[in-house]
Amino acid sequence: MGANGLWTIFLSRLLQGMLVVFLVVSIVFLVSRAARDPIEYLTTDETTEEEKELLREQFGLSGPLGKQYVDFLVNAVQLDLGNSFISDLPAMEEVLNRASKTLQLGVAALLFSLVLGIPLGIIAALRRASPSDWFARLLAVLGQATPNFWLGLMLIFFFAVQLDWFPTGGSGGIEHIVLPTITLGLLTSAAAMRLTRSRMIDVMNTDFVRTARAKGLRESTIIWRHALRHAILPVATILGIQVGRLIAGTVIVEQVFAWPGIGRLMLHTITVGDFPVMIAGILVISSAIVVANILVDLSYPIIDPRIRAGGQ
Amino acid sequence: MASQAASQAPEFERRSSAWGISWRRAALLAPSGIILGLFFVAGVFADLISAYDPEKIVLVDRLIPPVMEEGGSWDHPLGTDNLGRDILARVIYGARVSLLVVGICIPASALIGVLTGLIAGWRLGWADRILMRLVDIQLALPAILFALLIAVVFGSSLRNVILIIIIFTWSSYARLVRADVLSLREQEFVTAAQASGASDKRVLFRHILPNILNTIVIMATLEVPSVILIEAALSFLNIGVAPGTASWGAMISEGRNFMTIAWWPIWMPGIAILLVSLTGNLMGDWLRDTLDPRLRNVR
Repeated sequence: MGANGLWTIFLSRLLQGMLVVFLVVSIVFLVSRAARDPIEYLTTDETTEEEKELLREQFGLSGPLGKQYVDFLVNAVQLDLGNSFISDLPAMEEVLNRASKTLQLGVAALLFSLVLGIPLGIIAALRRASPSDWFARLLAVLGQATPNFWLGLMLIFFFAVQLDWFPTGGSGGIEHIVLPTITLGLLTSAAAMRLTRSRMIDVMNTDFVRTARAKGLRESTIIWRHALRHAILPVATILGIQVGRLIAGTVIVEQVFAWPGIGRLMLHTITVGDFPVMIAGILVISSAIVVANILVDLSYPIIDPRIRAGGQ
Repeated sequence: MASQAASQAPEFERRSSAWGISWRRAALLAPSGIILGLFFVAGVFADLISAYDPEKIVLVDRLIPPVMEEGGSWDHPLGTDNLGRDILARVIYGARVSLLVVGICIPASALIGVLTGLIAGWRLGWADRILMRLVDIQLALPAILFALLIAVVFGSSLRNVILIIIIFTWSSYARLVRADVLSLREQEFVTAAQASGASDKRVLFRHILPNILNTIVIMATLEVPSVILIEAALSFLNIGVAPGTASWGAMISEGRNFMTIAWWPIWMPGIAILLVSLTGNLMGDWLRDTLDPRLRNVR
């Protein structure tokens, strides 16, 4: 499989991904219109029929559902998802304004979890049954079992209210992002740690590591140059899955810490029935997840040359 | 987690003869079993155990501290919340909500997932393609947002929570079963069964299914804590159970506003969630190592 093969995979994954995003957005569009007429969210009991008609025209809510859906798709392809029911700004703009905040939080959490999880996993694997191994495994078990909203509240309670080291919420300087990052990243770091540890244990027992030792290579060279490369491949897979989890997590964490990102925006818009912004948000979020997964798929051949060469 | 040392470093472990469980592991499993047992009993017999009505508001008794704090008494061992409701009673009734969600969601999503996984892995072709696209869709649409949408459009209720959790968990069983069927279908015993004239249904249910039953049981056990966490998260965001219902997530959400003056309304349900989810994970890990060590890296 050469460069052409990579391109073929990339293109077919991209097409599949676009199909998935299309289906997700369609499902959300149809579900949101199924039970209630969105006009209900825009009007009060005193709104006259003429006013309703005008509003329907303005927001593209007139005509049969099938026609609305087709119109919606035609506009959506041009990234025009209509205007917010509330602010009357383009929905896509509202979402993208918030996207950078969520991206900051997500990237910070991902980095935190890798910086914590991978070294801990390696140390735990190399010094099995040592105190550091026990600590790492305790952290992993707790990280997996603690509900993130409760963890967030506990961090606020101890580090913001009692100790007053960090603000309780909102965004601004670097100190605002610390607690949300820990809250969001702990579960992922537990997953990364578990996986690195068990892969590292397996790899250190393989023949090629034994050969490297027999050759007289230094232990650090074996670990960093040979073993880690093998141990890290499944971590990349987990990351693909974790991106979806992180995005779902931001909805909760942003709510706990009043972080002004997409998650908080989505909670608000869905609650008040601002459908154009909601669908724009869903479009952005599901695209992000799909793109992240494609990137993970493409990273395999870079990490593992055997895949590039066509082997398994 | 402790399992990994157990399975790979037998030189460190002394095994008890009767059960084949290391002593260290037994020290973890026994309390876990007791906690899960308590959770089960609390959920089933909530109305018999609990001394108070969990939804009864007594404003004069609001924010009474738990018994170990000054001002607390055995009348309300875990204290009361901001509306004077007994927290112990609410934690017990909260166990009932969690147990109900687990008891319905896990069998239902396992059943749907296993059947679709069997069909997709066996038939392949379009059935398989549809399944895999459904899995992709589900991975690309965060459950919380979809749950929120459902709550706004159809109202928030325990029934909707249960439906949403089923919608978002069945596919992990389907993927696992599909993968197992794909490898089993090439094996000789399957070919032999087919050659002797067994129908597809017979091959699937009498020959393939028994071989993947362990996997399904392990998966279902490990899903228990995650289902409890999803329910708690939805209730925390006020899109789970109906307002006022005693659910651990909802209790934390309500207690949050009084966090600085009273710690117990959010600690007690938080500890309950943590304990059940922790012990559920430990039990699941143990079951996995006992029944099928090769699944160690699935999650």
